[in-house]
Amino acid sequence: MKKPTISLIWIVVAVLAIGLIPVVTKSVTLRETVFIMLMYIALASSLNILLGYTGYVSFGHIVFYGIGGYVAISLIEYYGFSIIPAMILAGIFSAIIAYALGQAILKLRGAYFAIATIGVNEAIKALVENLEPIGGAEGIYLHIDAYKPYGGPENAIWLSYYLMLAVTLAVIIVSWYVKKSKFGLGLLAIREDEDAAISLGVNTRSYKSLAYALSAFFPGMVGAVFFFKNGNIEPGVAFHLTKSVEMIFMVMLGGFGTVAGPFIGAVAYERIRGYLLVSEVFKNLHIAISGVILLLIVLFMPRGIVGFLCGRFPKLRRYLE
Amino acid sequence: MILKVEGVTKRFGGLIALNNVSFEVKRKEIVGIIGPNGAGKTTLFNVISGIYKPEEGRIIFNGKDITGLSPFKIARLGIARTFQIVKPLSELSVRENVMVGACFGKEYMDLESAEEVADEVMKLVKLDEKADLPAGKLNVPEKKRLELARALASKPDLILLDEVLAGLNPAEVSEMVSIIRDIRESGITILMIEHIMHAIMNVSDRIIVLDYGRKIAEGKPNEVANDPKVIEAYLGDPELVLQLLRR
Repeated sequence: MKKPTISLIWIVVAVLAIGLIPVVTKSVTLRETVFIMLMYIALASSLNILLGYTGYVSFGHIVFYGIGGYVAISLIEYYGFSIIPAMILAGIFSAIIAYALGQAILKLRGAYFAIATIGVNEAIKALVENLEPIGGAEGIYLHIDAYKPYGGPENAIWLSYYLMLAVTLAVIIVSWYVKKSKFGLGLLAIREDEDAAISLGVNTRSYKSLAYALSAFFPGMVGAVFFFKNGNIEPGVAFHLTKSVEMIFMVMLGGFGTVAGPFIGAVAYERIRGYLLVSEVFKNLHIAISGVILLLIVLFMPRGIVGFLCGRFPKLRRYLE
Repeated sequence: MILKVEGVTKRFGGLIALNNVSFEVKRKEIVGIIGPNGAGKTTLFNVISGIYKPEEGRIIFNGKDITGLSPFKIARLGIARTFQIVKPLSELSVRENVMVGACFGKEYMDLESAEEVADEVMKLVKLDEKADLPAGKLNVPEKKRLELARALASKPDLILLDEVLAGLNPAEVSEMVSIIRDIRESGITILMIEHIMHAIMNVSDRIIVLDYGRKIAEGKPNEVANDPKVIEAYLGDPELVLQLLRR
């Protein structure tokens, strides 16, 4: 195990600092904003393990957030689980599904893989819509009593907030360690040239599936916490393809393949989105504008904000790995 | 005997790329493989390194049947290769490229030992000054040396070199030839494909000649060079060649 360096420490400190603002100010509005921001950081950082390190673009990654949400809400509502074990099981379940899926669809490369992941998301959405035992198209509403063990809904919301903060920190730390590990070096080799990687001895098939599982584990937990706080889950919200696109957007904006990139991209995106949603002119156009920005990034700043900064100011490299 | 190729046949649809090819390689030997374009040389390497599975025949490495194993397993057993069309991991640094070879090759090292091995190997192939550059920024001769460095870092018993001399100028060729000799001195067996005749004739202990997927000759470099079948494969009918030369 390597010792954490400045490139990890500053991000952890920044996330903690952002995370503690609502706690100190006790502001409910800020709590909601920061909750979403943390969720974006966690989702973008997990996607980055697959997209940034391994080079596989998952267009339907939100499927694991939906699966996690459904697993956790079902466990809580039907089996009386408490949120923390439900959340962990949700993550594990998402990871197992991803591993199994990976064995099948990670043989596809490039655009074919991306299309397959959209198919998976839509297929699972259709399946859930028709599964009456878990609410079908109507979804599941948590009974208000579900929040009793935590001291009522208000406390449960604060608990969800802390859980989201914890999950976010966990993703960032894990993604830093993955990047610094032998496993991470194998993933980067796959990203750069899969044929070279396998000839050099990298077990590409198992590495890709493990990366996919790891990048699905955290969205599973994020979904669990989000829908627990939300109080209900329905297929349209849980498997919303737009969210997948947002995840890709954040990773590309910040800079894929770096630990800092998804963090910076998520914070920037949350601010842009927040601004666009409340502005009179743009409120219905925020996805369209994001699309245009994404196009511009791919054309002019393919390595994202982090890549741009490192190119301009090489001294920043030790902070932005 | 480190490598035994027994009656290997590889077909692509109607094309027979390798037709019942057999040969053996002794430990610490340098064996050259030559043949006109399309003779099946690179296909042979792809079969040995596990990228293609042969329809018939067996590959025995260190007494173990490795036919049809996945390329990464073959790499870990101790066969490393370079690619004719270089495959640098462009965004990674030269050092990281070499570390991938060390980490996942025969010795399956951890990152710290891999870094030490990478530094040694980069010195051997004279890439140590470029260690921190992204591999994509190297020029062609440097990329060829990087291919070699990655393969060496895996500490293989047998190394397959696919045209490492192609595209190099005469000075670079002789430099590379001396590196290849050093590699053999360090105890590694070499099987190499090459088109630059004077270099391969010079460096090889034995030469195998392929033509249309068949082995048409095998022997010491000077024997092979004077073999009428080999001359025919390269130049056409030897009698005709002689007539033309006399004119």
